[in-house]
Amino acid sequence: MQPFRTLTATAAPLRLENVDTDQIIPARYLTAVTKEGMGKGLFSGIRYHPDGAPKEEFVLNKAEHDGAQVLIAGRNFGSGSSREHAVWALTDHGFRCVIAPGFADIFYNNSLKNGLLPVALPEEVVNMLWDLVEEAPETIIVVNLTDQSVALPDGQHHHFEIDAFRKICLLEGLDDMGYIMSKEAAIEAYEAAPAF
Amino acid sequence: MKVRRPERTFATMDHAIPTRNVDIALWPMDAAIQVRTLRENCEEFGVTLWDINGPIQGIVHVVGPEMGITQPGMTIVCGDSHTSTHGAFGALAFGIGTSEVGHVLATQCLLQKRPKTFAITVDGELGKGVTAKDIILAIIAQNGAGGGAGYVFEYRGSAIRRLSMANRMTICNMSIEGGARAGMIAPDETTFAWIEGRPYAPKGEHWDRAVAYWKTLVSDEDATFDRELKLDANKLEPMVTYGTNPGQGIGVTGRIPTTSELEDPAERRSLLSALDYMGLQAGQKMEGQPIDIVFIGSCTNGRIEDLREAAAIVKGKQVPDSVQALVVPGSKAVKAQAEAEGLDRIFSEAGFEWRGAGCSMCLAMNDDKAGAGKYVASTSNRNFQGRQGPGARSLLMSPIMAAAAAVNGRVVDVREMMS
Repeated sequence: MQPFRTLTATAAPLRLENVDTDQIIPARYLTAVTKEGMGKGLFSGIRYHPDGAPKEEFVLNKAEHDGAQVLIAGRNFGSGSSREHAVWALTDHGFRCVIAPGFADIFYNNSLKNGLLPVALPEEVVNMLWDLVEEAPETIIVVNLTDQSVALPDGQHHHFEIDAFRKICLLEGLDDMGYIMSKEAAIEAYEAAPAF
Repeated sequence: MKVRRPERTFATMDHAIPTRNVDIALWPMDAAIQVRTLRENCEEFGVTLWDINGPIQGIVHVVGPEMGITQPGMTIVCGDSHTSTHGAFGALAFGIGTSEVGHVLATQCLLQKRPKTFAITVDGELGKGVTAKDIILAIIAQNGAGGGAGYVFEYRGSAIRRLSMANRMTICNMSIEGGARAGMIAPDETTFAWIEGRPYAPKGEHWDRAVAYWKTLVSDEDATFDRELKLDANKLEPMVTYGTNPGQGIGVTGRIPTTSELEDPAERRSLLSALDYMGLQAGQKMEGQPIDIVFIGSCTNGRIEDLREAAAIVKGKQVPDSVQALVVPGSKAVKAQAEAEGLDRIFSEAGFEWRGAGCSMCLAMNDDKAGAGKYVASTSNRNFQGRQGPGARSLLMSPIMAAAAAVNGRVVDVREMMS
């Protein structure tokens, strides 16, 4: 996994609540047996017209948000299906961080497994960020995982919470597998004991 | 690397497969490749596969319980968010992503944080025409689509106790639509009677020990929960969703809210975006809303009990020519049982298509898709934008409400058809 330490980037404001994983990547893209190229399907239902032409008003189709690596979205982001493809679509497009007032549990876990940092900030901060980056799309946001902070050019710092173990995994680019395998003796003992 | 516990790992085919009887040579190429890849992997790693070519197959959350794999006290995971279904048996069951599926296959373990607890108590008696689907849609409408994030639900109360296992599965299935990764119901005699004798259920003396253990899997009388919600079953009515998240639902006699009734700006924004997509008006009633397609099936409502209740509504009636209606049994066993009871003929004579087992139009990952702008009366679990096909508009409801909508060509109050 690609480590996540500090991200210095512009952001795209997605002023929508309850963005579900079907919106992030519709099911028709899920029959692929590899992750590559998933970004092409990202938000396809709201990003393109039925004939494939981009919808000009959609945030990712606006030139001023090209290259944005932070997505700022509304509450309950990533709800619905457990498809990890939603995370792969976001990272394949180039996002490294999603800021929202709250995330669905499975999406949150899947993000951490792929080096995509989900940052939960209070709704009023998210509202302020939306206004800020809509007004000034060139705004550089610094997301610092070590400090657990989001910094803005005017000096504002917003703290976010993250599980200590997950933080280490992201900082070091480690996945869970090695850690779980180091507990082999405990797993064997559990499996040897009768269930009831 | 090997699969650590192949004997505790099961596979079936549900999401991508067609539900019409067609040769795999005629399938879309990517679905065929996915199915072939699954076959090869199950063969190589010694995992039991319930293949579309065999006698056992269907939606994983229908087949697992049917085979007796799902048992109280187990931890069950699957790469599908509706794994919460299995909580109906007092198992801790939740969906996981592809990476975590890999961790489980390799180690039989997952790193987890203890979730917060949320008691949802439903007391009282359901009225005529009000079902388990209406209970869970009412809970989500009240608590919000994200209201359960970070929690596991426990459903309790006299109305829950009286439910069949099929109905309990319907409720636990949609825990995820309420934002909770898992939802559970304490096992009781209804649970034990349902499991007994199934292929993977414990047998003989092992059965007695299992039941004795399962009886201990209840919350203490004085247990406290991080959050609680109470619902009066007597006050519920058949529910219909009008929006694009499962919390946007109302009773069939109710009206869609107007923005002035919503205090929260985010809720107002959600409502406006939903109504724009759905082509509906604030303040309108859902009763009378014309529909184009009816889908009866899915891991929420594709069980034999669901089909029996729907068949009783459509018997002797006709689906108008303007409406396409599908019945998709949740598994081959459900299909066979329905055919033994003559339900397939009731549906076919009423003008429904009688399909093979699979996820079908619940998620449009196969060839069953609703067209853009079409209204779908659906017994599935998600009314997300584009869920049932690009531009499709889903109205979630119970099997009897969907059956009633099918034969009337519009949303009706099913209670008026039940004497």
